[in-house]
Amino acid sequence: MTTNNSRSFLFRFLASGLLVWAVFVTGLFAAVQDHTMLVPANDSAFEQHGKSDSRSEGKFNAGAMIMEHVVDNHEWHVAEIGSLHLTIPLPVILLYNGKLYTFLSSRFHNAAHSYLGFKLEQGGPHKGKIVRAGQYGHAVQDAHKVYDFSITKTVFAILLSSFLLVLIFVSMARAYTRNRGKAPSGLQSLLEPLVIFIRDDIAKSSIGEKKYEKFMPFLLTVFFFIFFNNLFGLVPFFPGGANVTGNIAVTLVMAVFTFVITTINGNKHYWIDIVNTPGVPWWLKFPVPLMPVVEIIGIITKPFVLMIRLFANITAGHIIVLGFVSLIFIFGAISAALGIGVSVVSVAFMIFMYLLELLVAFIQAYVFTLLSALYFGLATMEPEHH
Amino acid sequence: MELITPGLGLIFWMTLSFFLLVYVLGKFAWKPILQMLHERETSIHEALNAANQAREDMKELKFSNEQLLQEAKNERDALLNEARKVRDKLLEESRIKASEEASRIVEAAKASIHNEKMAAMTELKIQIAENSLTLARIILQRELEDPRKQEEYVQKLIKEVKFN
Repeated sequence: MTTNNSRSFLFRFLASGLLVWAVFVTGLFAAVQDHTMLVPANDSAFEQHGKSDSRSEGKFNAGAMIMEHVVDNHEWHVAEIGSLHLTIPLPVILLYNGKLYTFLSSRFHNAAHSYLGFKLEQGGPHKGKIVRAGQYGHAVQDAHKVYDFSITKTVFAILLSSFLLVLIFVSMARAYTRNRGKAPSGLQSLLEPLVIFIRDDIAKSSIGEKKYEKFMPFLLTVFFFIFFNNLFGLVPFFPGGANVTGNIAVTLVMAVFTFVITTINGNKHYWIDIVNTPGVPWWLKFPVPLMPVVEIIGIITKPFVLMIRLFANITAGHIIVLGFVSLIFIFGAISAALGIGVSVVSVAFMIFMYLLELLVAFIQAYVFTLLSALYFGLATMEPEHH
Repeated sequence: MELITPGLGLIFWMTLSFFLLVYVLGKFAWKPILQMLHERETSIHEALNAANQAREDMKELKFSNEQLLQEAKNERDALLNEARKVRDKLLEESRIKASEEASRIVEAAKASIHNEKMAAMTELKIQIAENSLTLARIILQRELEDPRKQEEYVQKLIKEVKFN
């Protein structure tokens, strides 16, 4: 009876997920049919322009290829079949001169890479950015005035993963109300240990029994968001592969959330300790307020470190894996036999890196959550009564 | 440079979606999940406590049962002892009584035997006396058939009396 229930639940879950996905993808295809969904390779944005492009003139540029995969993009390159690039165009939303411009990124698939006077830069310091195109297809000086709110690859992955997280955890919550007072089953038993781990070993031990409840929604969300996107980032094909947690804007926002929550919840004791640090000689505070300055810098560096750590760890992992892939092509360009020989070693190292990255995916999610919880704990700590 | 330059659009979308994610998950997922977990933990805790309590009670009950059993045993033993004592006493008493009765009967028998004997003796004595008298009469008759002999006997009797 129970196994039947959980199985049917799993089926329903997978079926609904697939359905949503199918609708989404076909919708996209339908919407972009007239926008050359399948772009001939020699007409592709990356094929014609710029010396920094990875595929230009048949020469393989490892650095450019790696950067292309790690940074954000206005379209989602899914696969390359022969000379065809299977690319999903994503919505471009621009705010320029007080006006809103929305169109699909496939509009840039033309010789000048420009549409409605906007140009997708193919090289130079603004590569990959949308700038105002000049009369002759060159970037003009007021490039910074174009505010780009496009649904890029990363934004799309954020929305998709958020959607999946809501789907997973709301159905899990439903299972709890349905199985009230019973043993957990299926998805519940998979994710419950993690939830309990965050509650008991991160929140309760860092913040304390009394105040941890307030911070649980943020801690749980941040943990599962990072963990989920780390794992999704490891999947090499669509819809995985977007470097969400390895994008500095994403980690910046999460770190700012931690900073804001810490600052809002900081009690009197927290601020007094910053202004008048206990256990430090008085001459470090007066007449030159050295310690307060250090403490205030500390307030900023804590979230800053959170931001850098997650970004650097995930990006570094991606770069190493892509580096091993590049090795095959670099040696393959010298001779085919050498490429095949190197591929054995490269694939072995890649498998090792992937296993390591699975571990890192969990550890980084854990570390971000734990440190956030520690900062909340510091901010809400009551002074010890002697 | 792009790698470490956070994009404005991305920050905007991330802030918006992450804020919504925290809100939606917090309201529709984390709150019921944590609440249910807490509820279940409390119920498990209570069940364990109840089981412990039941075990304690059981132990106590067992102990009191044993005590009761022991008491019952003791009482039974006491009753048995008392019964044995009573029996022994009764036996003893009846034995004494019986022996007393027996001795009394024996005494009575003895007395009656004595009496019988005495009576028999008296009767015997009388019989003997009678017999003697008869004998003496017969003898005397015979002796005194002849007058000379009568003389002689009287002489002899006189002699005998003289000596007395």
